Amino acid sequence: MSLRAPGRQTSPATAAETDTDAWIRVAGLDKTYKARRSEPTVALQGIDLSVRRGEFVSVVGPSGCGKTTMLKILAGLVSRTAGDVQIAGNDVNGPLPEIGMVFQAATLLPWRTVRQNVLVPVEVQGLDKEKYGARADELLEMVGLGEFADSYPYELSGGMQQRAGICRALVHDPAVLLMDEPFGALDAMTREYMNVELLRIWQQSGKTVVLVTHSIPEAVFLSDRVVVLSARPGRIAEIVDVELDRPRDLSVMASDRAGVYVERIRRHFNATSVID
Amino acid sequence: MTTATPAGSTVSDPPGQSPKGSAAVERKSRFDVRERPELLLVPAVFVVLILVWQFLIPLFVDDYVLPVPSSIVDSLIQQLTDPLFWGHLEVTLRESLIGFLIGVGSAILLGTAISQVRLVEKTLMPYVVAFQTVPKVALAPLFVVWFGFGLTSKIVMAAVISFFPMLINVIEGLRAADADRIQMLTVFGASKLQIFRMVRLPSAMPFIFAGLDIGIVFAILGAVVGEFIGAKEGLGYLLLQTNYNFDIAGMFAVLVVLSVLGLLAHFLIRFAQRKIAFWAEESRVIAA
Repeated sequence: MSLRAPGRQTSPATAAETDTDAWIRVAGLDKTYKARRSEPTVALQGIDLSVRRGEFVSVVGPSGCGKTTMLKILAGLVSRTAGDVQIAGNDVNGPLPEIGMVFQAATLLPWRTVRQNVLVPVEVQGLDKEKYGARADELLEMVGLGEFADSYPYELSGGMQQRAGICRALVHDPAVLLMDEPFGALDAMTREYMNVELLRIWQQSGKTVVLVTHSIPEAVFLSDRVVVLSARPGRIAEIVDVELDRPRDLSVMASDRAGVYVERIRRHFNATSVID
Repeated sequence: MTTATPAGSTVSDPPGQSPKGSAAVERKSRFDVRERPELLLVPAVFVVLILVWQFLIPLFVDDYVLPVPSSIVDSLIQQLTDPLFWGHLEVTLRESLIGFLIGVGSAILLGTAISQVRLVEKTLMPYVVAFQTVPKVALAPLFVVWFGFGLTSKIVMAAVISFFPMLINVIEGLRAADADRIQMLTVFGASKLQIFRMVRLPSAMPFIFAGLDIGIVFAILGAVVGEFIGAKEGLGYLLLQTNYNFDIAGMFAVLVVLSVLGLLAHFLIRFAQRKIAFWAEESRVIAA
Protein backbone atom coordinates (compact mmCIF):
# COMPACT_ATOMS: atom_id res chain seq x y z
CA MET A 1 0.00 0.00 0.00
CA SER A 2 1.59 3.21 -1.08
CA LEU A 3 0.41 6.06 1.04
CA ARG A 4 2.97 8.54 -0.08
CA ALA A 5 1.79 11.23 -2.46
CA PRO A 6 -1.00 9.86 -4.65
CA GLY A 7 -0.38 12.53 -7.23
CA ARG A 8 -0.42 15.97 -5.72
CA GLN A 9 3.13 16.76 -4.77
CA THR A 10 3.48 19.03 -1.80
CA SER A 11 5.87 21.38 -3.52
CA PRO A 12 9.17 21.13 -1.64
CA ALA A 13 10.20 24.74 -1.71
CA THR A 14 13.83 24.84 -2.60
CA ALA A 15 14.50 27.73 -0.26
CA ALA A 16 13.47 25.78 2.82
CA GLU A 17 15.29 22.68 1.65
CA THR A 18 18.60 24.44 1.40
CA ASP A 19 17.96 26.52 4.50
CA THR A 20 19.31 24.05 7.05
CA ASP A 21 16.95 21.42 5.73
CA ALA A 22 14.06 22.67 7.87
CA TRP A 23 10.57 21.53 6.87
CA ILE A 24 9.03 23.59 9.66
CA ARG A 25 10.94 26.68 10.69
CA VAL A 26 9.97 28.80 13.68
CA ALA A 27 12.20 31.77 14.47
CA GLY A 28 11.85 34.30 17.28
CA LEU A 29 8.17 33.52 17.76
CA ASP A 30 6.36 35.64 20.36
CA LYS A 31 2.69 35.57 21.22
CA THR A 32 1.09 38.10 23.55
CA TYR A 33 -2.62 38.10 24.28
CA LYS A 34 -3.88 41.62 24.83
CA ALA A 35 -6.77 41.91 27.26
CA ARG A 36 -8.87 45.05 27.39
CA ARG A 37 -8.90 45.51 31.15
CA SER A 38 -6.01 43.50 32.56
CA GLU A 39 -2.29 43.24 31.79
CA PRO A 40 -1.37 41.58 28.48
CA THR A 41 -0.50 37.91 28.83
CA VAL A 42 2.73 36.67 27.30
CA ALA A 43 1.92 33.15 26.07
CA LEU A 44 5.05 32.38 24.08
CA GLN A 45 8.43 34.07 24.04
CA GLY A 46 11.41 33.65 21.75
CA ILE A 47 10.53 30.26 20.33
CA ASP A 48 13.11 28.96 17.83
CA LEU A 49 12.51 25.53 16.38
CA SER A 50 13.37 23.67 13.22
CA VAL A 51 11.75 20.38 12.32
CA ARG A 52 13.25 18.16 9.62
CA ARG A 53 11.13 16.54 6.99
CA GLY A 54 9.74 13.24 8.25
CA GLU A 55 10.63 14.00 11.85
CA PHE A 56 8.33 13.27 14.81
CA VAL A 57 8.49 16.09 17.36
CA SER A 58 6.45 16.35 20.54
CA VAL A 59 5.80 19.45 22.61
CA VAL A 60 5.25 19.04 26.34
CA GLY A 61 4.93 21.57 29.10
CA PRO A 62 2.98 22.54 32.19
CA SER A 63 -0.63 23.55 31.97
CA GLY A 64 -1.08 26.93 30.32
CA CYS A 65 2.46 27.12 28.94
CA GLY A 66 1.18 27.92 25.47
CA LYS A 67 1.83 24.62 23.74
CA THR A 68 -1.61 24.51 22.16
CA THR A 69 -1.22 28.18 21.18
CA MET A 70 2.02 27.27 19.45
CA LEU A 71 0.31 24.50 17.50
CA LYS A 72 -2.56 26.81 16.54
CA ILE A 73 -0.04 29.34 15.24
CA LEU A 74 1.50 26.59 13.09
CA ALA A 75 -2.01 25.73 11.88
CA GLY A 76 -2.65 29.36 10.96
CA LEU A 77 -5.57 29.60 13.37
CA VAL A 78 -3.95 32.12 15.71
CA SER A 79 -1.92 35.14 14.67
CA ARG A 80 1.56 35.69 16.07
CA THR A 81 2.85 38.84 17.72
CA ALA A 82 6.39 38.56 16.36
CA GLY A 83 8.68 36.11 14.59
CA ASP A 84 8.65 33.96 11.47
CA VAL A 85 6.84 30.71 10.87
CA GLN A 86 7.36 28.72 7.69
CA ILE A 87 5.99 25.34 6.70
CA ALA A 88 7.34 23.61 3.62
CA GLY A 89 8.66 26.93 2.41
CA ASN A 90 5.39 28.81 2.85
CA ASP A 91 4.94 31.65 5.30
CA VAL A 92 2.11 30.86 7.66
CA ASN A 93 -0.43 33.69 7.62
CA GLY A 94 -3.58 31.59 7.80
CA PRO A 95 -4.53 27.97 7.30
CA LEU A 96 -2.32 26.28 4.68
CA PRO A 97 -3.56 23.39 2.56
CA GLU A 98 -0.23 21.71 3.41
CA ILE A 99 -1.49 21.14 6.95
CA GLY A 100 -3.35 18.19 8.35
CA MET A 101 -4.62 18.54 11.89
CA VAL A 102 -5.91 16.16 14.53
CA PHE A 103 -7.87 17.73 17.36
CA GLN A 104 -8.42 16.98 21.07
CA ALA A 105 -11.88 15.70 20.28
CA ALA A 106 -12.31 13.76 17.06
CA THR A 107 -14.70 16.50 15.82
CA LEU A 108 -16.39 14.32 13.24
CA LEU A 109 -19.54 15.70 11.64
CA PRO A 110 -22.42 13.50 12.87
CA TRP A 111 -24.42 13.93 9.65
CA ARG A 112 -21.66 12.44 7.52
CA THR A 113 -20.51 8.86 7.25
CA VAL A 114 -16.98 8.03 8.33
CA ARG A 115 -15.82 8.09 4.73
CA GLN A 116 -17.54 11.43 4.02
CA ASN A 117 -15.90 12.80 7.17
CA VAL A 118 -12.47 11.67 6.03
CA LEU A 119 -13.08 13.40 2.70
CA VAL A 120 -13.89 16.80 4.26
CA PRO A 121 -10.47 18.36 3.39
CA VAL A 122 -10.75 17.02 -0.17
CA GLU A 123 -14.18 18.58 -0.57
CA VAL A 124 -13.15 21.87 1.02
CA GLN A 125 -10.03 22.19 -1.12
CA GLY A 126 -11.81 21.11 -4.28
CA LEU A 127 -9.53 18.15 -4.97
CA ASP A 128 -10.31 15.21 -7.26
CA LYS A 129 -12.95 13.25 -5.33
CA GLU A 130 -12.39 9.98 -7.14
CA LYS A 131 -8.64 9.86 -6.70
CA TYR A 132 -8.74 10.94 -3.07
CA GLY A 133 -11.75 8.73 -2.42
CA ALA A 134 -9.53 5.75 -3.15
CA ARG A 135 -6.92 7.18 -0.81
CA ALA A 136 -9.53 7.65 1.92
CA ASP A 137 -10.46 3.99 1.60
CA GLU A 138 -6.78 2.99 1.82
CA LEU A 139 -6.29 5.10 4.94
CA LEU A 140 -9.42 3.72 6.61
CA GLU A 141 -8.23 0.23 5.77
CA MET A 142 -4.85 1.03 7.28
CA VAL A 143 -6.32 2.13 10.62
CA GLY A 144 -8.69 -0.84 10.68
CA LEU A 145 -11.86 1.09 9.91
CA GLY A 146 -12.41 -0.32 6.42
CA GLU A 147 -15.70 -1.95 7.32
CA PHE A 148 -16.92 1.19 9.09
CA ALA A 149 -16.50 3.50 6.09
CA ASP A 150 -20.26 3.83 5.63
CA SER A 151 -21.09 3.95 9.34
CA TYR A 152 -21.97 7.16 11.13
CA PRO A 153 -19.73 8.53 13.89
CA TYR A 154 -22.18 7.67 16.67
CA GLU A 155 -21.71 4.01 15.79
CA LEU A 156 -17.99 4.26 16.60
CA SER A 157 -16.15 4.20 19.93
CA GLY A 158 -13.98 7.15 20.98
CA GLY A 159 -10.77 5.49 19.80
CA MET A 160 -12.27 4.59 16.45
CA GLN A 161 -13.54 8.15 15.99
CA GLN A 162 -10.09 9.53 16.68
CA ARG A 163 -8.57 7.13 14.13
CA ALA A 164 -11.06 8.45 11.57
CA GLY A 165 -9.90 11.95 12.57
CA ILE A 166 -6.30 10.93 11.80
CA CYS A 167 -7.38 9.63 8.38
CA ARG A 168 -9.09 12.98 7.71
CA ALA A 169 -5.87 14.81 8.61
CA LEU A 170 -3.87 12.66 6.16
CA VAL A 171 -6.30 12.32 3.26
CA HIS A 172 -5.15 15.38 1.28
CA ASP A 173 -1.54 14.27 1.66
CA PRO A 174 -0.40 17.24 3.77
CA ALA A 175 3.25 18.13 4.25
CA VAL A 176 2.84 18.31 8.01
CA LEU A 177 0.59 16.60 10.53
CA LEU A 178 -0.28 18.69 13.60
CA MET A 179 -1.78 16.89 16.58
CA ASP A 180 -3.31 18.69 19.56
CA GLU A 181 -3.50 16.25 22.50
CA PRO A 182 -5.28 13.80 20.22
CA PHE A 183 -5.53 11.00 22.76
CA GLY A 184 -6.25 13.03 25.90
CA ALA A 185 -9.91 12.02 25.99
CA LEU A 186 -9.24 8.29 25.66
CA ASP A 187 -8.85 5.77 28.46
CA ALA A 188 -5.34 4.57 29.28
CA MET A 189 -5.59 1.26 27.42
CA THR A 190 -7.00 2.77 24.24
CA ARG A 191 -4.42 5.50 24.47
CA GLU A 192 -1.47 3.06 24.51
CA TYR A 193 -3.02 1.21 21.63
CA MET A 194 -3.48 4.45 19.68
CA ASN A 195 0.16 5.38 20.31
CA VAL A 196 1.29 2.15 18.69
CA GLU A 197 -1.14 2.75 15.83
CA LEU A 198 0.11 6.31 15.35
CA LEU A 199 3.74 5.16 15.16
CA ARG A 200 2.77 2.64 12.51
CA ILE A 201 0.82 5.25 10.51
CA TRP A 202 3.70 7.70 10.81
CA GLN A 203 6.19 5.11 9.58
CA GLN A 204 3.99 4.15 6.64
CA SER A 205 3.12 7.69 5.59
CA GLY A 206 6.47 9.32 6.27
CA LYS A 207 4.79 12.52 7.46
CA THR A 208 6.39 15.26 9.52
CA VAL A 209 4.51 15.30 12.84
CA VAL A 210 4.24 17.89 15.59
CA LEU A 211 2.34 16.48 18.57
CA VAL A 212 1.24 18.41 21.64
CA THR A 213 0.67 16.14 24.64
CA HIS A 214 0.25 16.10 28.40
CA SER A 215 1.87 12.71 28.70
CA ILE A 216 5.66 12.57 29.01
CA PRO A 217 5.87 8.79 28.42
CA GLU A 218 3.74 9.25 25.30
CA ALA A 219 6.09 11.97 24.03
CA VAL A 220 9.17 9.81 24.67
CA PHE A 221 7.64 6.73 23.11
CA LEU A 222 6.64 8.48 19.90
CA SER A 223 9.19 11.19 19.24
CA ASP A 224 12.57 11.79 17.69
CA ARG A 225 12.76 14.96 19.74
CA VAL A 226 10.74 16.31 22.66
CA VAL A 227 10.42 20.07 23.04
CA VAL A 228 9.96 21.00 26.70
CA LEU A 229 8.27 24.34 27.29
CA SER A 230 8.54 26.22 30.57
CA ALA A 231 5.61 27.65 32.48
CA ARG A 232 4.18 30.99 31.36
CA PRO A 233 5.63 32.73 29.53
CA GLY A 234 6.25 29.65 27.39
CA ARG A 235 9.89 29.36 26.41
CA ILE A 236 11.83 26.37 25.23
CA ALA A 237 13.41 24.94 28.37
CA GLU A 238 15.10 22.04 26.63
CA ILE A 239 14.93 20.00 23.45
CA VAL A 240 15.54 16.34 24.26
CA ASP A 241 16.80 14.00 21.55
CA VAL A 242 15.19 10.62 22.10
CA GLU A 243 17.67 8.08 20.79
CA LEU A 244 15.63 4.92 21.12
CA ASP A 245 15.81 2.41 18.27
CA ARG A 246 13.01 2.26 15.74
CA PRO A 247 10.69 0.60 15.06
CA ARG A 248 9.55 0.83 18.66
CA ASP A 249 6.89 -1.13 20.47
CA LEU A 250 5.53 -0.58 23.97
CA SER A 251 8.18 -2.82 25.54
CA VAL A 252 10.64 0.00 24.81
CA MET A 253 8.99 1.99 27.54
CA ALA A 254 9.95 -0.58 30.14
CA SER A 255 13.62 -0.09 29.29
CA ASP A 256 15.99 1.90 31.46
CA ARG A 257 16.93 4.23 28.64
CA ALA A 258 13.33 5.29 28.12
CA GLY A 259 13.01 5.79 31.88
CA VAL A 260 16.02 8.11 31.84
CA TYR A 261 14.38 10.29 29.17
CA VAL A 262 11.09 10.42 31.02
CA GLU A 263 12.85 11.40 34.26
CA ARG A 264 14.92 14.04 32.54
CA ILE A 265 11.83 15.71 31.09
CA ARG A 266 9.85 15.33 34.28
CA ARG A 267 12.52 17.19 36.25
CA HIS A 268 11.56 20.38 34.39
CA PHE A 269 8.03 20.07 35.69
CA ASN A 270 8.99 19.23 39.24
CA ALA A 271 10.86 22.52 39.36
CA THR A 272 7.77 24.47 38.34
CA SER A 273 5.48 22.06 40.24
CA VAL A 274 2.35 22.43 38.05
CA ILE A 275 1.57 19.55 35.73
CA ASP A 276 -1.74 18.27 34.51
CA MET B 1 3.42 0.58 29.73
CA THR B 2 4.83 -2.93 29.77
CA THR B 3 2.60 -4.95 27.49
CA ALA B 4 3.92 -5.42 24.00
CA THR B 5 1.40 -5.05 21.24
CA PRO B 6 2.28 -6.25 17.76
CA ALA B 7 2.94 -3.06 15.87
CA GLY B 8 1.12 -4.19 12.77
CA SER B 9 -2.22 -5.18 14.23
CA THR B 10 -5.29 -3.57 12.71
CA VAL B 11 -8.03 -4.94 14.94
CA SER B 12 -10.60 -2.58 16.42
CA ASP B 13 -10.28 -1.18 19.90
CA PRO B 14 -9.24 -2.99 23.06
CA PRO B 15 -11.92 -5.04 24.86
CA GLY B 16 -14.68 -3.31 26.78
CA GLN B 17 -15.78 -1.15 23.87
CA SER B 18 -18.70 -2.33 21.83
CA PRO B 19 -20.15 0.83 20.33
CA LYS B 20 -23.01 -0.86 18.54
CA GLY B 21 -24.19 -2.80 21.60
CA SER B 22 -26.04 -0.07 23.48
CA ALA B 23 -28.02 1.01 20.42
CA ALA B 24 -29.17 -2.58 19.89
CA VAL B 25 -30.41 -2.88 23.48
CA GLU B 26 -32.27 0.41 23.07
CA ARG B 27 -34.08 -0.82 20.00
CA LYS B 28 -35.12 -4.13 21.51
CA SER B 29 -37.02 -2.61 24.42
CA ARG B 30 -38.82 -0.03 22.34
CA PHE B 31 -42.19 -1.81 22.31
CA ASP B 32 -41.78 -3.86 25.47
CA VAL B 33 -44.75 -3.04 27.71
CA ARG B 34 -42.87 -4.06 30.86
CA GLU B 35 -40.20 -1.48 30.02
CA ARG B 36 -42.70 1.15 28.95
CA PRO B 37 -46.00 0.81 30.85
CA GLU B 38 -47.23 4.06 29.25
CA LEU B 39 -47.85 2.07 26.07
CA LEU B 40 -50.80 0.51 27.93
CA LEU B 41 -51.68 3.39 30.23
CA VAL B 42 -52.19 6.05 27.56
CA PRO B 43 -54.94 4.12 25.69
CA ALA B 44 -56.39 2.96 29.03
CA VAL B 45 -56.92 6.56 30.17
CA PHE B 46 -58.58 7.32 26.84
CA VAL B 47 -61.01 4.41 27.16
CA VAL B 48 -61.88 5.37 30.76
CA LEU B 49 -62.51 9.00 29.78
CA ILE B 50 -64.75 7.99 26.87
CA LEU B 51 -66.71 5.57 29.07
CA VAL B 52 -67.23 8.19 31.80
CA TRP B 53 -68.29 10.74 29.18
CA GLN B 54 -70.66 8.32 27.49
CA PHE B 55 -72.39 6.89 30.53
CA LEU B 56 -71.78 9.10 33.58
CA ILE B 57 -71.88 12.67 32.32
CA PRO B 58 -75.36 12.40 30.62
CA LEU B 59 -76.78 11.88 34.13
CA PHE B 60 -75.85 15.46 34.99
CA VAL B 61 -75.60 17.37 31.68
CA ASP B 62 -78.11 17.61 28.84
CA ASP B 63 -77.10 16.04 25.55
CA TYR B 64 -77.56 19.23 23.52
CA VAL B 65 -75.04 21.04 25.74
CA LEU B 66 -72.44 18.31 25.86
CA PRO B 67 -73.23 15.50 23.42
CA VAL B 68 -72.01 11.99 24.27
CA PRO B 69 -69.16 10.47 22.24
CA SER B 70 -71.53 8.27 20.23
CA SER B 71 -73.50 11.33 18.99
CA ILE B 72 -70.23 13.01 18.05
CA VAL B 73 -69.17 9.91 16.09
CA ASP B 74 -72.57 9.91 14.35
CA SER B 75 -72.15 13.57 13.45
CA LEU B 76 -68.58 12.96 12.31
CA ILE B 77 -69.66 10.15 9.99
CA GLN B 78 -72.42 12.36 8.64
CA GLN B 79 -69.89 15.14 7.94
CA LEU B 80 -67.31 12.85 6.38
CA THR B 81 -69.90 11.49 3.91
CA ASP B 82 -70.92 15.02 2.89
CA PRO B 83 -68.97 16.41 -0.13
CA LEU B 84 -69.59 19.94 1.17
CA PHE B 85 -67.54 19.12 4.26
CA TRP B 86 -64.59 17.99 2.14
CA GLY B 87 -64.80 21.29 0.32
CA HIS B 88 -64.44 23.16 3.63
CA LEU B 89 -61.56 20.91 4.64
CA GLU B 90 -59.77 21.53 1.35
CA VAL B 91 -60.10 25.30 1.73
CA THR B 92 -58.64 25.30 5.23
CA LEU B 93 -55.86 22.95 4.16
CA ARG B 94 -54.97 25.17 1.22
CA GLU B 95 -54.95 28.34 3.36
CA SER B 96 -52.83 26.70 6.06
CA LEU B 97 -50.31 25.13 3.69
CA ILE B 98 -49.77 28.18 1.49
CA GLY B 99 -49.57 30.41 4.57
CA PHE B 100 -47.19 27.97 6.24
CA LEU B 101 -44.88 27.84 3.23
CA ILE B 102 -44.81 31.63 2.88
CA GLY B 103 -44.32 32.22 6.62
CA VAL B 104 -41.70 29.55 7.10
CA GLY B 105 -39.89 30.34 3.84
CA SER B 106 -39.54 34.03 4.59
CA ALA B 107 -38.53 33.22 8.18
CA ILE B 108 -35.69 31.02 6.86
CA LEU B 109 -34.47 33.77 4.53
CA LEU B 110 -34.69 36.55 7.10
CA GLY B 111 -33.33 34.34 9.90
CA THR B 112 -30.31 33.42 7.79
CA ALA B 113 -29.62 37.07 7.00
CA ILE B 114 -29.99 38.10 10.64
CA SER B 115 -27.77 35.32 11.96
CA GLN B 116 -25.03 35.76 9.35
CA VAL B 117 -24.86 39.51 8.73
CA ARG B 118 -24.18 41.59 11.80
CA LEU B 119 -25.54 44.80 10.28
CA VAL B 120 -28.84 43.16 9.33
CA GLU B 121 -29.15 41.81 12.85
CA LYS B 122 -28.49 45.17 14.51
CA THR B 123 -30.87 46.95 12.17
CA LEU B 124 -33.80 44.55 12.14
CA MET B 125 -33.72 42.78 15.51
CA PRO B 126 -35.48 45.62 17.41
CA TYR B 127 -38.38 45.44 14.96
CA VAL B 128 -38.52 41.67 15.18
CA VAL B 129 -38.67 41.80 18.97
CA ALA B 130 -41.26 44.58 18.93
CA PHE B 131 -43.50 42.87 16.39
CA GLN B 132 -43.14 39.53 18.13
CA THR B 133 -44.88 40.86 21.23
CA VAL B 134 -47.98 41.82 19.23
CA PRO B 135 -50.69 39.16 19.72
CA LYS B 136 -50.96 38.06 16.10
CA VAL B 137 -54.48 36.64 16.49
CA ALA B 138 -55.68 40.17 17.23
CA LEU B 139 -54.58 41.19 13.74
CA ALA B 140 -57.08 38.87 12.06
CA PRO B 141 -59.91 41.47 11.75
CA LEU B 142 -57.44 43.89 10.20
CA PHE B 143 -56.32 41.33 7.62
CA VAL B 144 -59.95 40.62 6.69
CA VAL B 145 -60.48 44.34 6.11
CA TRP B 146 -57.31 44.59 4.05
CA PHE B 147 -57.44 41.34 2.11
CA GLY B 148 -61.16 40.51 2.00
CA PHE B 149 -63.29 37.49 2.80
CA GLY B 150 -61.47 35.16 0.43
CA LEU B 151 -58.41 32.94 0.85
CA THR B 152 -55.85 35.76 0.94
CA SER B 153 -56.65 37.12 4.40
CA LYS B 154 -56.41 33.60 5.90
CA ILE B 155 -53.17 32.86 4.09
CA VAL B 156 -51.68 36.09 5.43
CA MET B 157 -52.88 35.21 8.94
CA ALA B 158 -51.39 31.70 8.72
CA ALA B 159 -48.12 33.09 7.33
CA VAL B 160 -47.75 35.78 10.01
CA ILE B 161 -48.52 33.45 12.87
CA SER B 162 -46.14 30.68 11.72
CA PHE B 163 -43.40 33.16 10.82
CA PHE B 164 -42.10 34.08 14.28
CA PRO B 165 -41.50 30.69 15.90
CA MET B 166 -39.64 29.69 12.74
CA LEU B 167 -37.59 32.89 12.65
CA ILE B 168 -36.41 32.50 16.24
CA ASN B 169 -35.50 28.86 15.64
CA VAL B 170 -33.55 29.62 12.47
CA ILE B 171 -31.55 32.37 14.19
CA GLU B 172 -30.83 30.20 17.23
CA GLY B 173 -30.09 27.14 15.10
CA LEU B 174 -27.62 28.84 12.79
CA ARG B 175 -25.79 30.13 15.85
CA ALA B 176 -25.74 26.76 17.56
CA ALA B 177 -22.92 25.36 15.44
CA ASP B 178 -20.11 23.87 17.51
CA ALA B 179 -17.02 26.13 17.55
CA ASP B 180 -14.67 23.12 17.34
CA ARG B 181 -16.33 21.95 14.13
CA ILE B 182 -15.98 25.41 12.60
CA GLN B 183 -12.33 25.50 13.65
CA MET B 184 -11.78 22.08 12.11
CA LEU B 185 -13.13 23.26 8.76
CA THR B 186 -11.12 26.48 9.02
CA VAL B 187 -7.88 24.54 9.43
CA PHE B 188 -8.62 22.60 6.27
CA GLY B 189 -9.14 25.90 4.44
CA ALA B 190 -12.94 26.13 4.22
CA SER B 191 -14.56 29.37 3.04
CA LYS B 192 -17.39 31.04 4.97
CA LEU B 193 -19.89 29.63 2.50
CA GLN B 194 -18.47 26.12 2.89
CA ILE B 195 -18.61 26.44 6.68
CA PHE B 196 -22.23 27.54 6.39
CA ARG B 197 -23.17 24.67 4.14
CA MET B 198 -21.15 21.94 5.84
CA VAL B 199 -21.59 22.84 9.53
CA ARG B 200 -23.96 25.71 10.29
CA LEU B 201 -26.89 24.53 8.22
CA PRO B 202 -26.81 20.88 9.38
CA SER B 203 -26.35 22.06 13.00
CA ALA B 204 -29.48 24.18 12.61
CA MET B 205 -31.60 21.30 11.31
CA PRO B 206 -33.03 20.17 14.68
CA PHE B 207 -34.01 23.80 15.39
CA ILE B 208 -35.49 24.25 11.94
CA PHE B 209 -37.61 21.15 12.40
CA ALA B 210 -38.76 22.40 15.79
CA GLY B 211 -39.81 25.61 14.03
CA LEU B 212 -41.61 23.66 11.30
CA ASP B 213 -43.39 21.59 13.91
CA ILE B 214 -44.73 24.62 15.78
CA GLY B 215 -45.24 26.52 12.52
CA ILE B 216 -47.55 24.02 10.85
CA VAL B 217 -49.83 23.81 13.90
CA PHE B 218 -49.84 27.62 14.16
CA ALA B 219 -50.65 27.94 10.47
CA ILE B 220 -53.80 25.83 10.88
CA LEU B 221 -54.70 27.94 13.90
CA GLY B 222 -54.18 31.12 11.89
CA ALA B 223 -56.35 29.94 9.02
CA VAL B 224 -59.20 28.93 11.34
CA VAL B 225 -59.05 32.22 13.25
CA GLY B 226 -59.14 34.07 9.94
CA GLU B 227 -62.23 32.11 8.96
CA PHE B 228 -63.88 33.02 12.26
CA ILE B 229 -63.60 36.69 11.47
CA GLY B 230 -65.06 36.58 8.01
CA ALA B 231 -65.31 33.78 5.49
CA LYS B 232 -67.72 31.88 3.28
CA GLU B 233 -65.99 28.53 3.49
CA GLY B 234 -63.47 26.53 5.51
CA LEU B 235 -63.53 24.54 8.73
CA GLY B 236 -63.54 27.70 10.84
CA TYR B 237 -66.61 28.89 8.95
CA LEU B 238 -68.22 25.46 9.41
CA LEU B 239 -67.47 25.64 13.13
CA LEU B 240 -69.29 28.97 13.37
CA GLN B 241 -72.25 27.62 11.33
CA THR B 242 -72.69 24.60 13.59
CA ASN B 243 -72.44 26.99 16.53
CA TYR B 244 -75.22 29.23 15.19
CA ASN B 245 -77.38 26.15 14.66
CA PHE B 246 -76.62 24.97 18.16
CA ASP B 247 -75.32 21.72 16.65
CA ILE B 248 -72.82 20.99 19.42
CA ALA B 249 -72.15 17.46 18.19
CA GLY B 250 -71.35 18.95 14.79
CA MET B 251 -68.93 21.40 16.43
CA PHE B 252 -67.16 18.56 18.18
CA ALA B 253 -66.94 16.67 14.90
CA VAL B 254 -65.16 19.64 13.28
CA LEU B 255 -62.89 19.96 16.33
CA VAL B 256 -61.98 16.29 16.02
CA VAL B 257 -61.11 16.80 12.37
CA LEU B 258 -59.00 19.86 13.18
CA SER B 259 -57.15 17.97 15.92
CA VAL B 260 -56.46 15.03 13.63
CA LEU B 261 -55.20 17.48 11.02
CA GLY B 262 -52.79 19.03 13.52
CA LEU B 263 -51.62 15.62 14.69
CA LEU B 264 -51.03 14.39 11.14
CA ALA B 265 -49.04 17.51 10.30
CA HIS B 266 -46.99 17.10 13.46
CA PHE B 267 -46.17 13.46 12.74
CA LEU B 268 -45.36 14.25 9.13
CA ILE B 269 -42.79 16.83 10.26
CA ARG B 270 -41.38 14.43 12.85
CA PHE B 271 -41.11 11.72 10.23
CA ALA B 272 -39.25 14.07 7.87
CA GLN B 273 -37.00 15.09 10.76
CA ARG B 274 -36.09 11.50 11.49
CA LYS B 275 -35.22 10.95 7.84
CA ILE B 276 -33.37 14.21 7.19
CA ALA B 277 -31.89 15.15 10.58
CA PHE B 278 -31.40 11.57 11.70
CA TRP B 279 -28.19 12.16 13.68
CA ALA B 280 -29.76 14.30 16.41
CA GLU B 281 -32.19 11.51 17.20
CA GLU B 282 -29.50 8.84 17.19
CA SER B 283 -26.98 10.72 19.31
CA ARG B 284 -29.70 11.22 21.91
CA VAL B 285 -30.28 7.47 21.95
CA ILE B 286 -26.58 6.86 22.44
CA ALA B 287 -26.35 9.46 25.20
CA ALA B 288 -29.24 7.87 27.12
